[in-house]
Formats: sequence, C-alpha cells, structure tokens
Amino acid sequence: MADPVPFRAYTPGTQPPYDVPAYLGTIKRHPLQPLHRLDQTITETTGPRFTAAHFPPNADLSRVDGKSAQGQRIVVAGTITDEDGRPVPHTMVEIWQANAAGRYHHPADQHDAPIDPHFHGDGRVFTDADGRYRFLSVLPGAYPWPNHRNAWRPNHIHFSFFGPAFATRLITQMYFPGDPLLAFDPIYNGVPDRAARERLVAAFDLDLTEPDFALGYRFDVVLRGRAATPMGI
Amino acid sequence: MPIATASQTIGPYWHLIEDPSWADLTRFGATGERITLSGTVTDGDGAPFADVCVELWQSDPPASDQFPGFGRSRTDTAGVYRFTTLKPGPVAGRGNAIQAPHLALWVLGRGLMRGLATRAYFAGDGRNETDPVLGSVEDPARRATLIAAADGPAAWRFDIRLQGAGETVFFDV
Ligand SMILES: [Fe+2]
Repeated sequence: MADPVPFRAYTPGTQPPYDVPAYLGTIKRHPLQPLHRLDQTITETTGPRFTAAHFPPNADLSRVDGKSAQGQRIVVAGTITDEDGRPVPHTMVEIWQANAAGRYHHPADQHDAPIDPHFHGDGRVFTDADGRYRFLSVLPGAYPWPNHRNAWRPNHIHFSFFGPAFATRLITQMYFPGDPLLAFDPIYNGVPDRAARERLVAAFDLDLTEPDFALGYRFDVVLRGRAATPMGI
Repeated sequence: MPIATASQTIGPYWHLIEDPSWADLTRFGATGERITLSGTVTDGDGAPFADVCVELWQSDPPASDQFPGFGRSRTDTAGVYRFTTLKPGPVAGRGNAIQAPHLALWVLGRGLMRGLATRAYFAGDGRNETDPVLGSVEDPARRATLIAAADGPAAWRFDIRLQGAGETVFFDV
C-alpha cells in the first residue's frame, strides 16, 4: 500500500511555542523535552467525520428559547481552506464565547458580570461545499483573568476545527479589529510571527453586515495542506 | 500561498462545547473488544491538572455509523480522564511496516498554547517490539511513557505527565 501523503510542517514562527513565559499557565505545563519527530502514518492522516445529521448544527447563538441575547448582534462568516487554497468542505466547526458582558455561561466563571439567560455561547456549524461557514451571535465582552496585574482578555471567540485528518486539528481564537487589549494579551502575542497573529483578527465586512440587523465580521481560516500532491491528482 | 492559522489555547471554558457522552466511543452500538483507557494528567509539579480536554483518535476499527473513532474526555478535579472504546488492531505503517495497536491522544488545556500529541500503546503486546514509532524513541525510559499499563480486565491506564520527571513523549506530528 502506498504511504499516505503527509501534511506539511508548520511555517516557522507562525505557531506559538508551548513555553510562553508571559502566560503564566504555560510555566508548569510546557514539555521540557523537544517534541519527538514522527513520520505521519494512517493514524495522523485520517480523522473523524462529523455529519450534521448526527451532530445538529446551531448557527444562531444570539437567541435562547426564541428570546434575543443582550449585546451587539454580529454575523461571523468565512472560508476554510487548506494551504493550497482549496476549500475544506463539510467540516465541523465548534464555537464558544463569553456573553456581551464578558461572562461565560459556565459555573467556573465567577467574574462579577451579569449572566444573560438568553445567551449560552456555544455553537456548531458545518462548512458548505465551498468551505464557507456562517453564524449569528453577539459581540463578546472582554473579561479579566488572573495572569498579571489588571489582565483582561481581548474580545474573542473560541473556535475548534477538524479538517480531513487528526493532523489538521486546530483550536484557536478569533479577535476583533482595533481592540486596544490585543497589545497586552500574552496569549495573542504568544504567536511569534506578527502577520500570523494578525490573521487571528477578523475583518469588519460591510458586505456581511445585515442592514438594520447585525454587524458582519469575516474570519477566514487555513488548515494544514499536504506536503506534496502526487502527480495526476 | 496561504499559511496555516495559528493555534491558541482552548482555555478553561471549553466545557461549553463538551458533551460527556463523547468519552464513550461505543455509545452508538459498536461491537468488538470493549476497553477503557484512563489516566491522570499532571503538570511539572506532579499536581493533577483538571479541566483538561483529552481527545482520542484511532483509525482502527475503521470509523462507521456505529463507531466514531473519535472521543473527547475532560479531566476531573483529580486530573483523571477516561474513555470507553474498542481495542484497535495493528495498522499499516510507512513502507512495509506494521504499527502495533495504539490510540492517538491530543491534550489541550489552559496554559497549553497548542495541543500536545501522544500515543498510547498496550503493554505486553509483542508487536510493540517492532513498532516503528516506538522504535524511534531510543531511550527506553522515555519509550515506556507511551505504553498503557493493564489495570484490570479490559482496563488500561495511561498517565500523561506534561513536564519534568517521567515526562510523556509528545510528538511533532
Ligand atoms: Fe475565552
């Protein structure tokens, strides 16, 4: 049997290291040994398949029980492609975020900001045949966290992507343009390459904006591509 | 050329997307040799690490409507995760190699900027001796961190040490 075509190595500097001293949580959790090189096998080049039939989508985070959440309503949409620019179709995207006041619908979040009974902040969508996804939500608020004095996370939405293989799995966060907190955030700044971290910032998009309804933000995502494409494919 | 999007930590609030039933890969009625895989995730102080997201993927048995091949488990306050799944068989390696039965794991949590990939093999399986990935880890003590221990009938224990003494081998996939 022919060997599976591996996914290419990440471009240096475009992924964060495990050791980010300014992010205190990494200090006791980053491996001291270098990662062990592994030649990808079927274990890494295959991955789970999720279908909307088995995993019901929820593309509207802005309402619970038909009632609107508090906050600035937003549309978030984008295209998922691989590093060759090919769309990643029919892949599951998981989403979670804080409410407009900067509080998660989660018992561990004890930040003294109001809980919104009409906002849970979890969503699941699938890309279409062209790799496009879209969901409706509200602008998440910033929230404090115990990392350094007066530490606040910038407004952000958490994302989970699968793609075609276990090797393409990606967990990340989307940020909003012009957020003054980005400059102080060790998680965002944990990505060494400036252009790579700036790609985590969504673009305001008037074409996605819906008149009299919601502001539009575009967040395009790139998953790893194959190292080489065999001839004839 | 587009460049792959950067990773960011999963953070402490990923339970918003958690469905605890996902830790049982047999929940859709899969039949086969049912096993559990559980273990404790510890940090550089040896302290249990709670609220970690451990994901599991196996390419064998092949995924189907009855068997997703993928699971997700959260570590509890004692740092313990737990999966129920079907025991994998050997799968093809690169070239003509055969890989010993194993489960791929991916570890995510607050303080982890990226997922950490590792593999759990099964103690006592003779095929471990010729597995190319295990064989590529030269230090026997380090190699041993990739072997799950029998922990009762059909139960396997695989502890994950993120840092320091007994640090688990994590792969650059
Ligand atoms: Fe967050």
